[in-house]
Amino acid sequence: MSDTVSKAGSDVRGSEAPRVVESKHEGHSWTGEAPLFIYAVWYLAFLYIPVLFLPLFSFNDSIYVAFPLKGFTLQWYADMLENPALLRALENSVKVGAAVAIASTILGIFAAKAMTRYRLPGKGPLTSFIMLPLVVPGIILGIALLVISNTVGVDLSLYTIAMAHTLVAVPFAMLVLMSRLEGFDKSLEEASLDLGENAFQTFLRVTLPLAWPGILASTLLTFTISFDEFILAFFLAGNEVTLPIYIWSQLRFPNRLPMVLSLGACILVASFFIVTFSEVIRRRGVGTQSGSAI
Amino acid sequence: MAREDYISIRNTSKHFGSVKAVDDISFNIRQGEFFSLLGASGCGKTTLLRMLAGFEQPTLGNIYIDGQPQAGVPPHQRPVNMVFQSYAIFPHLNVHKNIAYGMRKSGLSKAEVDKQVDEMLELIKLPGYGKRGAHQLSGGQRQRIALARALIKRPKVLLLDEPLGALDKKLREQMQLELRALQRDVGITFVFVTHDQEEAMTMSDRIAVMSMGKVLQIDSPTSLYEIPRVKEVADFIGTINFFEGEIKGKEGEATVVETQGLGKVHSTASGAEAPTSGKITVALRPEKFNISFQQPNVQTNVVEGVLQAAAYLGDRSHYYVKINGREAPVAVASQNAQRQMQAVDADKHEKVWLTWDEDSALLLKG
Amino acid sequence: MSDQTQAAGTYSQAEEQTTFGFKLRALFLKHEWLRGYLLLSPTLLVMICLMCVPLFMLVAYSFWTQNYLDIDKTFTLANYEAYFQKPIYAALMFKSIRMSLYCTFATLLLAYPMAYFIAFKVTKNKLIWLILITVPFWTSYLLRVFAWKVILGFNGVINSGLISLGIINEPLEFLLYNPTAVVLTLAHAWAAFAILPIYVSLEKIDRSLLEAATDLGDTPKERFWRVTWPLSLPGVIAAGLLVFIPTVGDYVTPKLVGGTTGIMIGNIVQSQFGKANNWPMGAALSVISMLMITILVVTFIAATNRARAKN
Repeated sequence: MSDTVSKAGSDVRGSEAPRVVESKHEGHSWTGEAPLFIYAVWYLAFLYIPVLFLPLFSFNDSIYVAFPLKGFTLQWYADMLENPALLRALENSVKVGAAVAIASTILGIFAAKAMTRYRLPGKGPLTSFIMLPLVVPGIILGIALLVISNTVGVDLSLYTIAMAHTLVAVPFAMLVLMSRLEGFDKSLEEASLDLGENAFQTFLRVTLPLAWPGILASTLLTFTISFDEFILAFFLAGNEVTLPIYIWSQLRFPNRLPMVLSLGACILVASFFIVTFSEVIRRRGVGTQSGSAI
Repeated sequence: MAREDYISIRNTSKHFGSVKAVDDISFNIRQGEFFSLLGASGCGKTTLLRMLAGFEQPTLGNIYIDGQPQAGVPPHQRPVNMVFQSYAIFPHLNVHKNIAYGMRKSGLSKAEVDKQVDEMLELIKLPGYGKRGAHQLSGGQRQRIALARALIKRPKVLLLDEPLGALDKKLREQMQLELRALQRDVGITFVFVTHDQEEAMTMSDRIAVMSMGKVLQIDSPTSLYEIPRVKEVADFIGTINFFEGEIKGKEGEATVVETQGLGKVHSTASGAEAPTSGKITVALRPEKFNISFQQPNVQTNVVEGVLQAAAYLGDRSHYYVKINGREAPVAVASQNAQRQMQAVDADKHEKVWLTWDEDSALLLKG
Repeated sequence: MSDQTQAAGTYSQAEEQTTFGFKLRALFLKHEWLRGYLLLSPTLLVMICLMCVPLFMLVAYSFWTQNYLDIDKTFTLANYEAYFQKPIYAALMFKSIRMSLYCTFATLLLAYPMAYFIAFKVTKNKLIWLILITVPFWTSYLLRVFAWKVILGFNGVINSGLISLGIINEPLEFLLYNPTAVVLTLAHAWAAFAILPIYVSLEKIDRSLLEAATDLGDTPKERFWRVTWPLSLPGVIAAGLLVFIPTVGDYVTPKLVGGTTGIMIGNIVQSQFGKANNWPMGAALSVISMLMITILVVTFIAATNRARAKN
């Protein structure tokens, strides 16, 4: 099996390794599957190493991002903290992210509850409809929202960015919450109704305590989506900009590059921890086999 | 005086799209009885139960509980409580809080609620379990707690959705007896859904046999077994042999039917909705046959056959007898009242004779 | 209990049953889908207001004309005519689609063995592997693309690294600012989007099917092509679409790492809303892009469905 697959891969090492003939799938650890395991490690390296260069060079005492490394410095981080425009952008990003996280998670709870707990005619098409922002190219959503803001006469501001981010965050919130709601028995909520609590009390006493890991995960993920989003914000930003827009504007100035690196490193590390944390809490207790792995 | 129509289901239907899960059903359930809905999966029994609980609303018709129409009454305002198939024990609450869950609006003080919870724990024979977490419970314990949680509300009707299905056989049989005794104790009307006919027969005062959204027959366990009104019920409850035939007339009390296989059958079995002439089905349960290896000295209700297979089950034996004019062998069950030291060798294909009483041959429509 | 009884009692009273409130509630109780839609309506409303209406407006814009600072709202097909008259647009469109296809293909090729590895070979710490794959996807797209610019740049990590190691003397110019750099960067950026659907489809495969295939005499290779691969195809197709559709319109990656030869249709659209300041033309280009994508996707899905029906 292993060598069959490695043909599909492009840079698998050791495909001449002895073929594992009878591979029973259960209980097989990767130790007997060296080629695939090596491939997986390479793949992870491909995913992570490019990004790791940002933090690496952010400590390099040179305005050029090039080897050999010159020396260790924290100056770029110090520059960052003394840059009012940057801090302003950070504040904006946090504001927008928080608003998006709350709005999209609330919308996501409603939608996920409707999708998982009710027999709805047209559930399939409706789900696809809510998922659409995931596949419509960002540029098209961005210009469409720009055009509508212009037509309706809404000035571009942090609000327009937040609205656009909510649109793309809702599908993720719904997916996360759906898999959480599917993770516990629907009859728990029915039992609460049966025992005399109305729908709202049932939500507070049963749904909320059982779904909180999903809700927390959704809040953190949607915050990160908004915090890191660039394309929509690029079209919809007014005078106030978010961090990614600020970074984009700084890319034109070569001497600002090291500061952008340190900023980028901070954002990457923060995103990494927030996302890892939310992934751990939301996947714990819910089977990894659940339909929505995203 | 117990009401005859404590629960009254009137011309009730439930459609899911084009599927008629429950199809124009009407019947009453008496106050204080143990009533079972029995049927294969998909027969509509669970849908009916969920309509009583209020989780589904009838597409047509209405349901009355203690004289009150239930249309438009949401689940949380109905005087019924339910024991769920999965038990639905709240995983984030301990046993005490699970049982006290529905008492928040009871107006009782905390001390009173605590006292009632303890009483309930006594009743279900789990005293001192209040502090246990929901994850530390066995299947049987969860089932009891689900029961206590519903009973503490003192509902007019307790609904049970296959509550014993998840338990192993020994525990299930024990719980059947306990549940029956508990129901006698508390005097609450139980509506019990199951696909297990033995379970229904063990516990119920009356059973409604359901199929394809319709109720086929409502009767006591004995009547269902001994006097089924239609072939489906006879077939669903226990094992039975059917013989197609045609009514030839009457001889004294008995109706004479010319059948394929059994020849002329004399029957005095009453209570059937069967026609008095024309085509008819004769039904005989395996244990109603007498099997003998010598030709018996009777003229009516006897048939000769060849033993095709035999199974020794300890308390009883099953025989499969091939008779002329019928393709499938006849199933016969015989109590092993005496010790059988020698196994019957079916491979010898011995000649056997089957006899039966006039009142065990049921006449059924169709 | 008394509480329950009273509640049931009050609602049974005739005058209560005729009130509007009761009727409305009974209606919602009776129809599950009504309750479901009620719950879904805020989300749907947001989606309609923020997606459908804007997209509709975008289509409307494509039939208008930019008149210096304001918009001439008389209906015209001029923008579409311009698309067909200037071959640059169509050429760029096809180049974008071609690059997206390359990128999709590369992403799937790289992702499949990884998804296969997690689904079949990892037994103990599946969760950790899944999280490792997912996390980079959530982190800033802009920064990930930027990282590639840093790596592939003329004075970037690779060139300076190789020079300082003495392997080359002059920076390699072919690394950055070409279509290959764009494809590589996009494949990196969309990796998780490809792995997860494939992983889900592989994970869903009933393991006894594979054992049955082996039992019936398939070699592992045959078994892969006859059982595993066909059953994972829906996931592969979903992954392909999830990568292909968004990458066609990308403009960040081409702008940062594509150079002049690496630009895609998204860059032109963006410039229409920026420097070129011709919104209706930009709208028309987006509408054409969306149409092209839709046609391609629908044809592709129809073709795969037909192929599957044939088997």
